[in-house]
Amino acid sequence: MNTAAGWAKRPESRTGVRKQRNRIARRLFSISAGFIFLVLFAIVTMLVQRSLPLWQNVSLPDFLTGRVWKPDQGLFGLLPFILGTFWTTGLGIAFALPLSLFSAIYLAEYARPLTRTVIKPVLDILAGIPSVIYGMWGVLVVVPVVQTTVAPLFSRAFPGIGLFQSSNPTGFSILSAGIVLAIMIAPILIAIMYEILLAVPVGLREASMAVGASRWQTIKYIVLPKATSGLIAAMILGTSRALGETMAVLMVVGNVAALPRSLFDPAYPIPALIANNYGEMMSIPLYDSALMAAALFLLLIVLSFNILSSLALRRMLQ
Amino acid sequence: MNPQSRLRRRLARIEETAFLFLMRLALISVVMILGWILATLLIKGMPVLSWELISQPPQGGYYLGGKGGILNAILGSLYLAAGGTLLALIAALPVVFYLTTYLHQKTRRAALIRLALDVLWGIPSIVYGVFGFLIMLSLGLRASLLAGIITLAFLELPILIRGMDEFIRTTPEELVQSSLAVGATPLDTTLKVISRQTLPGLITAVLLAFGRGIGDAASVLFTAGYTDHLPTSLFEPAASLPLAVFFQLGTPFPAVQQRAYASALVLTIIILVISFISRWLISRFNKYLVR
Repeated sequence: MNTAAGWAKRPESRTGVRKQRNRIARRLFSISAGFIFLVLFAIVTMLVQRSLPLWQNVSLPDFLTGRVWKPDQGLFGLLPFILGTFWTTGLGIAFALPLSLFSAIYLAEYARPLTRTVIKPVLDILAGIPSVIYGMWGVLVVVPVVQTTVAPLFSRAFPGIGLFQSSNPTGFSILSAGIVLAIMIAPILIAIMYEILLAVPVGLREASMAVGASRWQTIKYIVLPKATSGLIAAMILGTSRALGETMAVLMVVGNVAALPRSLFDPAYPIPALIANNYGEMMSIPLYDSALMAAALFLLLIVLSFNILSSLALRRMLQ
Repeated sequence: MNPQSRLRRRLARIEETAFLFLMRLALISVVMILGWILATLLIKGMPVLSWELISQPPQGGYYLGGKGGILNAILGSLYLAAGGTLLALIAALPVVFYLTTYLHQKTRRAALIRLALDVLWGIPSIVYGVFGFLIMLSLGLRASLLAGIITLAFLELPILIRGMDEFIRTTPEELVQSSLAVGATPLDTTLKVISRQTLPGLITAVLLAFGRGIGDAASVLFTAGYTDHLPTSLFEPAASLPLAVFFQLGTPFPAVQQRAYASALVLTIIILVISFISRWLISRFNKYLVR
């Protein structure tokens, strides 16, 4: 009788152990998931806390609209850097958008399976290349081309249009940074846009073609309107990637803290400002605070872009 | 058919042909840019690449064109990325298991965690660099291998979790259900069924995170520092390949700049090898999976 009870009990208790282990694991795992939010929270709070001393000497509007950045005189005007960031990013997106959109449409709507299997690794490799390599390629290829060919050509072809006038003898410019950025974010954009286009139901395409529309008409009148919000979300995601890109841009943009007037002017985006100056920021009062405030400004923009695009993309792809 | 609609049809066809041309052009240029980048790397880097360069640390006067190599940067990068990936993996696994084991795919909490991870993924590496730098200061560390590893771990964490999460999501629902149906707890199911089923995918995610870590410059610029010595201690600064490229390219001496090209080639080869291994892993192990 004892043995019978033992037989009956043993699996019982083992099940109990397994269940308890399961409960403990569940508790531990859920705590570790909280760590994710802690990291996000810590990044924001640390930057806020470190930038606090600055606000006692400089007001927020002065910081964001000031044109002069002279840390040794206590002048912290971020405007040249903000404009530098927006110019390079805007140009990068402007170049990358048509390139990516056309590529993604072709891959999703026209390409044979073979083409897709060939392109996939190409995009993966492009997305995996480190930004210093892009920067070096920019220095070796893009900058000389801009310097010797593009800048003189545009200056001559569009006299009187300030945007195309070159007063910069080097090729280190907004245009070079925009080209390099475009190449860097294009693979990401193509991959997301491709997925969004595939998420448009096949039935819609079939219905459109059944009433006699051509493939391109189907894309133009059915697929693209349906995918618009997703494509915009992809663009926002690409923009936030470009906003924070540091090394590649720093290497080709010239790093001159002035308000840019032309595509061929050098600029000084915020990430480059942080990367170039962290070494000396501890020796000048408020300098570190100002750099942290700049980093915070960048972070807040990128965060809001990210949240926006992630939410929209999730809705699209589900 | 009246002439007007014929004309319209012809215009439509011309439009389609034109756009098709543009689309092909866009795609071909993307492929050609990759080719261009790789060709530039090979042409510039190959002639300078030598056994001396990859087997020795810098000797005296290296940055003026003297003897030596970039072994310090190669080893430093491998240590940094390996340490960062390991640390990130330790933090990532419980989160991945939590997401896949206890949260059904559609719950709000799972969606919130995934959103937070996506947001973390999008934070620029320069901000991680600043964050790591602040942590380093508060821990009383100076720029060192350890500080670099911690920073890279933060950078790689979201990449790692989301990568693994995406692979685990491909597990067939029936497999999970049948494991639960025979009495396995969710924990048993995750550890003994799902993780075995998705192991190649998990390794791939680790490799991808490693590749991201080894190529990142902006985050280790503040935290790992740079040194000509081989890394020997966690508390000493460590060199890294991306920074070796950056610093050598910034010198005015052509001989040193050429070594930047060779360093870039070494870095790219490492990353390509990682990418090929993960590709091979996926195709090799795919046939053993339950579908």
